[in-house]
Amino acid sequence: MKELSLNILDIAGNSVKAGATRAEVLIVETDDTLSLIFKDNGCGMTKQQVENVTDPFFTTRTTRNVGLGIPFLKLAAEQTGGSFSIESATKEESPENHGTTTTAVFFKNSIDFTPLGDVISTVTTLIQGSPHIDWRFSHTYGEKEVCIDTAEIRSVLGDDVPLDSYEVIEWIKSSLEEEYDSFYK
Amino acid sequence: MKSLAELQAIKDKMKDKVVLREGTGEIRVVVGMATCGIAAGARPVLNAFVEGVNKENLSDKVTVSQTGCIGICQYEPVVEIFEAGKEKVTYVKMNAEKAAQVIESHLKNGKVIEKYTIGANS
Repeated sequence: MKELSLNILDIAGNSVKAGATRAEVLIVETDDTLSLIFKDNGCGMTKQQVENVTDPFFTTRTTRNVGLGIPFLKLAAEQTGGSFSIESATKEESPENHGTTTTAVFFKNSIDFTPLGDVISTVTTLIQGSPHIDWRFSHTYGEKEVCIDTAEIRSVLGDDVPLDSYEVIEWIKSSLEEEYDSFYK
Repeated sequence: MKSLAELQAIKDKMKDKVVLREGTGEIRVVVGMATCGIAAGARPVLNAFVEGVNKENLSDKVTVSQTGCIGICQYEPVVEIFEAGKEKVTYVKMNAEKAAQVIESHLKNGKVIEKYTIGANS
């Protein structure tokens, strides 16, 4: 992947496939590190599945016998000297609190650090593709934060205006652009 | 987030419009957005369709959606166009520029761009 934002788009798609109703995408930056955290309340994975998931020849899809999403993210993190981990609980294991949390930590000063790229486009693409999910996106760096929460947006819009209406997606885009303007200052 | 008052204004403006849109969508544009598609550049293709369809006022009859791996990863980004009563058209190795052409020719004027279809590329 040319940009980390594309890994984000890809990995967050797993939460959609897991049937999550709430999915969080968090980018936490410090001076030296950037962490990507994906949290969802989807169906979760068994211990066996968690063990297999970093193996490129393990996949749940039926069209092909390879699954490269997680291996790509893990590689991208580890090649910077960073780390990768997954915690997951299935509905059977934890009926109240099931879901998956995936964390990838990158060292920003590594020569092999992939730039973050167009995160805004990733967020709007996720919302457009799965408007029924409560998405929370947050990017923090010290005190600064860029944040969008579609549950809040939906509570303003009500049932009349779908979240994936072009006008709403455009509003989300310009809202994020405005916030990022002051974020990087 | 930006001011929610602005969002309220969008809601008020759109109320009538949304009712019109219901029950339509004769043409479905589906973009492959699995790992293979994303790595090959599907995100700008999808965005080109979303923006173009709206700009050309086609959103009454065209819906744009995302799907997983279609199974022909080597041809990604792949875009499938479904239209009632017609055979599915599969466009391969797409980019934003080709998407704009497909909107103009195929979605607006009903003319398939053969040279971008899988038949001409395999």
